[in-house]
Amino acid sequence: MYQYTRFNNQNNILRKVGNLDYVLLSCILILGFISLATMYSTDGGEVLFHTRSHFIKFIIFFLMMITISFINIKFWFSLGYFSYAIILGMLIWTINFGITASGSKRWIDLYFLNIQPSELMKIFIILCLAKYFHRMKTQHVNSFYAVCLSLIIIFVPMSLVIIQPDLGTSLLIAISGIVVLWFAGLNHKYFFYSCLLSIISLPIIISFLKPYQKLRVLTFLNPDRDPLGAGYQIIQSKIAVGSGGITGKGFLKGTQSYLEFLPEKHTDFIFTLYSEEFGFIGSVILLLIYALIIYRVIRIGALSRSYFAKLFCYSFGTSIFIYIVINMSMVLGLLPIVGSPLPIMSYGGSSMLATMIGFGIVMSAKTHSDQSIA
Amino acid sequence: MINLSDNVTKLNSLNRRMFILATAKIIILGGIVSRLFFLQVKENKKYLTLSDKNRIREWKLPPIRGEFKDYFGNTIAGNFEAYQLHIIPEQVEDFRYVIFRVKELLELTDKQFNKILKKKNEIKPWETLIVADNLNWEKFSKINNHLYDLNGVKPVISISRDYPYKENFTHVLGYVSQANENDILTNENIKEKFVPGLKVGKTGLEKSFEKKLIGSNSVERYEVNAYGRRISQLAYQKGDKGQTIKLTIDTKIQELANQLLEEKAGSICVMDIYTGAIIAMHSSPSFDPNSFVFGISQDEWQLIRNNPMKPLVNKSLSGNYSPGSTIKPIVALSALENEVINPDFTVHCKGHKNPLELYGQTYHCWKKEGHGFVNLREGMKQSCDTYFYEVARRLGVDRLSETAKKFGLGKKVFKDYFDNEKNGLIPNTTWKKNVLGKNWLLGETIITGIGQGFIQTTPIQLCLMTSQIANGGHKIYPNIVANIDKQQEDKFSPLYKKSKNIKIIQEAMFSSTNEVRGTSYRSRIDDPKYQFAGKTGTAQVKKITEKDRELDLKTFEIPYEERDHALYIAFGPYKSPRYALSIIIEHGGSGGTVAAPLAKELFKMIIDRHEIRKNHDTKKYLNI
Repeated sequence: MYQYTRFNNQNNILRKVGNLDYVLLSCILILGFISLATMYSTDGGEVLFHTRSHFIKFIIFFLMMITISFINIKFWFSLGYFSYAIILGMLIWTINFGITASGSKRWIDLYFLNIQPSELMKIFIILCLAKYFHRMKTQHVNSFYAVCLSLIIIFVPMSLVIIQPDLGTSLLIAISGIVVLWFAGLNHKYFFYSCLLSIISLPIIISFLKPYQKLRVLTFLNPDRDPLGAGYQIIQSKIAVGSGGITGKGFLKGTQSYLEFLPEKHTDFIFTLYSEEFGFIGSVILLLIYALIIYRVIRIGALSRSYFAKLFCYSFGTSIFIYIVINMSMVLGLLPIVGSPLPIMSYGGSSMLATMIGFGIVMSAKTHSDQSIA
Repeated sequence: MINLSDNVTKLNSLNRRMFILATAKIIILGGIVSRLFFLQVKENKKYLTLSDKNRIREWKLPPIRGEFKDYFGNTIAGNFEAYQLHIIPEQVEDFRYVIFRVKELLELTDKQFNKILKKKNEIKPWETLIVADNLNWEKFSKINNHLYDLNGVKPVISISRDYPYKENFTHVLGYVSQANENDILTNENIKEKFVPGLKVGKTGLEKSFEKKLIGSNSVERYEVNAYGRRISQLAYQKGDKGQTIKLTIDTKIQELANQLLEEKAGSICVMDIYTGAIIAMHSSPSFDPNSFVFGISQDEWQLIRNNPMKPLVNKSLSGNYSPGSTIKPIVALSALENEVINPDFTVHCKGHKNPLELYGQTYHCWKKEGHGFVNLREGMKQSCDTYFYEVARRLGVDRLSETAKKFGLGKKVFKDYFDNEKNGLIPNTTWKKNVLGKNWLLGETIITGIGQGFIQTTPIQLCLMTSQIANGGHKIYPNIVANIDKQQEDKFSPLYKKSKNIKIIQEAMFSSTNEVRGTSYRSRIDDPKYQFAGKTGTAQVKKITEKDRELDLKTFEIPYEERDHALYIAFGPYKSPRYALSIIIEHGGSGGTVAAPLAKELFKMIIDRHEIRKNHDTKKYLNI
C-alpha cells in the first residue's frame, strides 16, 4: 500500500499530464485562436487594445486552467460552498461599491483588473449545487427542504444580479442552477409546473420590466418597428450574417463590422462578425468545435467515478451549450437581445475567467477520474 | 450497501437525464444550423444587397457642359478652369484661425465672410466647404504661397462656363447659373443630374438645348461607414461631356452688329435667304453673361434690371414693333397678287394741306409737301403713305393679312428654340371680332397699310419676310443651329401666284435704296458686288397730333420714349441676292437716317465674308 502510494506520488504529475484530455485542450486552443483572429478583425486588421488584451487574458487563463486541472477534484469539492459564499460577498460588494458603466453596476475594481462577479457566479453556482446534491440520497432530492434550499441558492445571486441591473446574466445564473437541479434528479413535474407558471406569469413579468427591456422584447417581435433605434442591432446583425453567404466575405473583409454598422462587435455580437467573414461553412465549423468541446466535457463526466464530478461536468457542459445557444439565437434574431457573451469568443475577462475555471475543474475531473469522493 | 444501491439509482437517473438533454441539444443545434442556412444561403442575396446598400454610396460630380461654336468653329460658349478654394472643416485643426487667415488673404468683406460661416454650419464636418468658387490667378497663387500656414485648405481647379465674346451672344445663347428649385422641378434632365453647384441654362439656347448640353455625371462610388464617412473609393465612372452645338452665326458679323448698336436699343438680324441660316442676331443693349455664372451681385443686377433700354429683353425675338413702312412691300405684293392694282396704278399725293379724308378722319403722308402723282415703284421708293392708304383701302385687311402671314409675319420663327419669342400680330376682321369683340373699321385697314395700328412684328419676322421676298418668293425655314437640317417638305415652295410680282417688289425696293429720292439713297453702295435693296420704316410710338404736326420737331427735341422707332429691311447683293437683314433701333427716329446706314456697314462685311463662308462648308450651299 505504501509502495503504491509512493509510486503514485512519484509519477503523479506525469500521470496527470498524460491523463489530460488533449482533444478538449486543443479544441479550446483552436477556439482561442479563432477568437483572437476575430478580435484582430474587429480592431480593423491591427493589433490594438482588444486583441492584445484578449490575447493576454487567454494565455493567462489557459495556463490557469491547466494549473487547476492538476489540483485534485477533491479540493474543488471542498471549496464548493466557500467559493459560492465568496462570490456572493463580491456581488454584495458590487452593489455597494461597484463600478458603474453604461447604467449598471457590474464590476468591482481589484486594482489590477476589474472583475464581474456575476460571470463567476455562473460557474460557482454549479460547483455549489453539485456539492449540495453530491451527498444527498435520492429520496431526499425531491424533499421540500432540499428544493427550497437549492432554490434559495439560485435565487439569492440571481436577485443580486438583477438589481445591478443585468437581466441577461441573472437569467444565465438561474439557468445554470436549474440545469444542476435537473441532473440531480428533481422531479419532472417541478419543471413542468414552473414552466407553466412562468408562461402564465409572463405578462406580469413584462409589466415589471424596465422600459428598455420591454422595448427589446417588442423589437424582437418586430425588428422593423424602429430600424434606426431599438431594432438597429438585430437588423444590422442579420444583414451581416446573411451577407456572409456560404463562404463568407473573407478574413478582415466583413464590411458590416469594419464599417462600424455592427454594435458591440467585440462582445455579444462577435459571432456576427465571425459569421460575416467566414460564412456558413465557418459558422458550422465553429459550432462543431463547440459541439466537440461539450461532447468532451460530458464524456469526461461520464467517465468520472464520483457523482460530484459527473454532476459538475454534465451541468457545466449543458450550461455552456445554453450560453452558446442563447447568444447565437439572439444574434440571429431568434431571441430578444439579452446581454450574454459567447464563451471564449467574446471579449471580456470575467466571462473568460469563469469559463476557464469551469474547464479547469472539468479537466481536473479527468485527471482524477478514478478519484472517488466520500 | 444501501448507500451503494442508492448511488446506482442516482447515477442511472443522471445518465438518463443526460441522454434526454443530449437529444434536445442536437435538435437545438440543428435549429441553429438551419437558421444559419436560412440567413446565409437562402436569403443571402437579400442581405448582400442590404449590406451593399449600407456600405456603398455614390457621389455624382457635376457634368461637363457641351460647348457652343459659331459657324467657323470658334468657341462662343466654352468651359474654363475656375480656381476654387475648398475646405473640409473636420480636416482643419484650428478652423477659426484658418478661416480668418483666408479672409485676410482673399480680402473678403464681412458679408461674404458671414455667408461662408453660415454655409459651414449647414454642412456636415466632412463635407466640402467651398470658400471661393472663382478666384483670379493672383489670389489663387497668393493662397498657394501661403498653404504652409493654411492647414486643410485645398486649392482646386474646377470646370466652369465661359463666354469669351461676353455680351455679343447673350441674347442668342442666354447664360448659365446655379440650378434652383424651379429648374429641378420643371426639367427631368436636371433633376436626374443634379448635384449641388450644378449650373444650368437659364435663358436662350443654353436653356432650350439643356438636354443635349448637360452631359452626364461622373460618378464616384465610395465605401462609407455607419456614420456616412467615406472610407475608400471603389469606382470612378467618367461621365460624358455634353454635346457641342454648332450655330450658323458668324461671330465677326455678330460683333459688328453689336458695335453698330452700341449705346442704342434695338436689334439686328441677318439671314441667309436660301438656307434660312441666321448669320447674326443681336439685341442691344446686351450684358455680360459671365457675371451670372457665379451669381450676379445685387448692384450689378439692379443696374441691368433698371436700365431703361431693357437689356434683359431679347428684342430680336420678343420685341413686338409696328413694322411701319417696312410692311409696304407686303402690302404692294398682296395688292398685285390679288390683282387689286397693277404696277402702273397711280395715286395723287397732295401733302399735308390736302390729306386723305375718310369718315371725318384725316390720313397724312409723312411728307409735308406731298409726292404728287406716284405709281407703285415711286410709292415704294419714296415710301408715300397716301399711295399705300389707297392700296390698302382697295385691298382690304383680310387679303393683306393672308399674304403677310404667308411670308412669315405674325407667327413664331423658331418654334420652340427660344421660350421668349413672341408671335407678333397680323390683324384681320375675324381677329378683331373674336378678340376685341368689335367690328373692323375701314380706317384701321388704311393705317395697317403703312404698318401702324394693331399690326405688330418682331425683327426676326421682318428678316424672314425680306428673305422670302429676296429669294424670289420661296418658303424657307430659318435655323440657328447648323447641321440640324430638318428637311421640311414645303421648303422652297412658292409663296406667290406670279413670280413677276415678286420681281416688281424687288425692283421697287432697289429703287428705294439706289435711286435718287429713294428713302435710303444716302446709304447705298454703288459697287454691284455689295449693292443692296431695302425698305425703310419709321414706326410711330405715339399718335401724331395736329399740334405735333405744326411744331414739326427734330428727333432729338422729342422725349426719348416718344421718339419713333427706326426700321430698315434689306437684301443683297441685288444682282444675285444671298442675304437679308432687318434692323430696328428703338426710338431712333427716322429709318432712312438712323437704321439704313447700319445696313451699309453690315453688307460690306457680310458680302466680304460670303466667300469664306461658302468655302468653309460648300455642302451647305445650294447653287441657285
